[in-house]
Amino acid sequence: MKPLSVVVTSICDIFAWFIVVFGVYVINNGHSTPGGGFQGGAITATFLSFVLVAYGGSHFKQWVREGVYGLLEFVGLVAFFIFGCLGFPNSFFYNSLAIAYGATPLSEWIPYCGTISLMNVAVGFEVVGALSIVVITMYESIHMVSTGEGMGGERGHDRFNR
Amino acid sequence: MKRVIFLGAAIVLAGLLCGMFEAIHPFGVPRNTAMDDYFLVHALSDRSAQNVVTSMVFDWRGFDTLGEAGVLFTALCSIGALFRDGSKKE
Amino acid sequence: MTDSIVSALDTLGNSAYVVVALLILMALYTMLTQKNLIKICVSIAILGSSVNMFLVLLGYRDGGEIPIYFLQGENQAMVLPTPQCLTLTAIVIALATTALMLSLIILLHKHYGTLDIDEIRRLRG
Repeated sequence: MKPLSVVVTSICDIFAWFIVVFGVYVINNGHSTPGGGFQGGAITATFLSFVLVAYGGSHFKQWVREGVYGLLEFVGLVAFFIFGCLGFPNSFFYNSLAIAYGATPLSEWIPYCGTISLMNVAVGFEVVGALSIVVITMYESIHMVSTGEGMGGERGHDRFNR
Repeated sequence: MKRVIFLGAAIVLAGLLCGMFEAIHPFGVPRNTAMDDYFLVHALSDRSAQNVVTSMVFDWRGFDTLGEAGVLFTALCSIGALFRDGSKKE
Repeated sequence: MTDSIVSALDTLGNSAYVVVALLILMALYTMLTQKNLIKICVSIAILGSSVNMFLVLLGYRDGGEIPIYFLQGENQAMVLPTPQCLTLTAIVIALATTALMLSLIILLHKHYGTLDIDEIRRLRG
């Protein structure tokens, strides 16, 4: 993919970071506003496709490492499972950290709702990793499909070579 | 000919859909709301969650959400397997 | 403002579901008549969205507010949270299946050189 004009790259320089900020805001306020981990993760993953469209493939390949997003996905999934295991004397995914309504909270920065905001952050990590890897893999498949490199290993009876 | 067949089928289907939507409960008056009222009251009093939908997704139906995350991970794995670089020897 | 919207919704009756029926019919029309695989994929996404919309419409209660206590207005009633929860699950799964469908379409285009389903159905060899 070729980079777009200088107008689009300038707009990307200015506004692409606000996509990430807004996505993290939606993830972190998932316990009190509409939104949460899935929606905020989807918003944050839009950043990568914006960079790909604006700057083209060559810059994208230099800037993006796929292992980072794989690590995000792994960390999010494992953390989600562990937060589910926190409530195990009662049941799986029991909200054991919740403070009873009306009681004084530990601090004004800690929300009442226990594991819900922690799970929002974990699921946000997972969705950011998953959708970013989908974008990266589909971009790499363009090169693979157009040149035919690396598509070996399939020898069906109806395979034809043009 | 195909269009005529499709038009007939579409008219029949539209009639069936309209009949179905007339037969279910009127808009704005759901019938059995005992479970939802339980969730609405007890999300705030028991679990002190202000957002009832998030409380249901991550607390009462948390195992369902774990399966949902598993579906996302499985789709990711299958996309990676489809575009795997077959020429690399490991 | 909000009261006028609520009263307008009250006078609608069951005709709110007609939008869902129209969306389902449009999606089925596209799925049955189009030959392009991308258009079929889009129609499947529209069908899933219409079903999600139907689920959310089923949970509406007259004069209901958003089910969040921070943002609640004067009314005491809230809309039902269970259909919204199920819809949240369904949206993410639809996203995953759409991504998988598009990847399979890329591979089909590589294999057959076309997106027309009549061309793809023909045997090669």
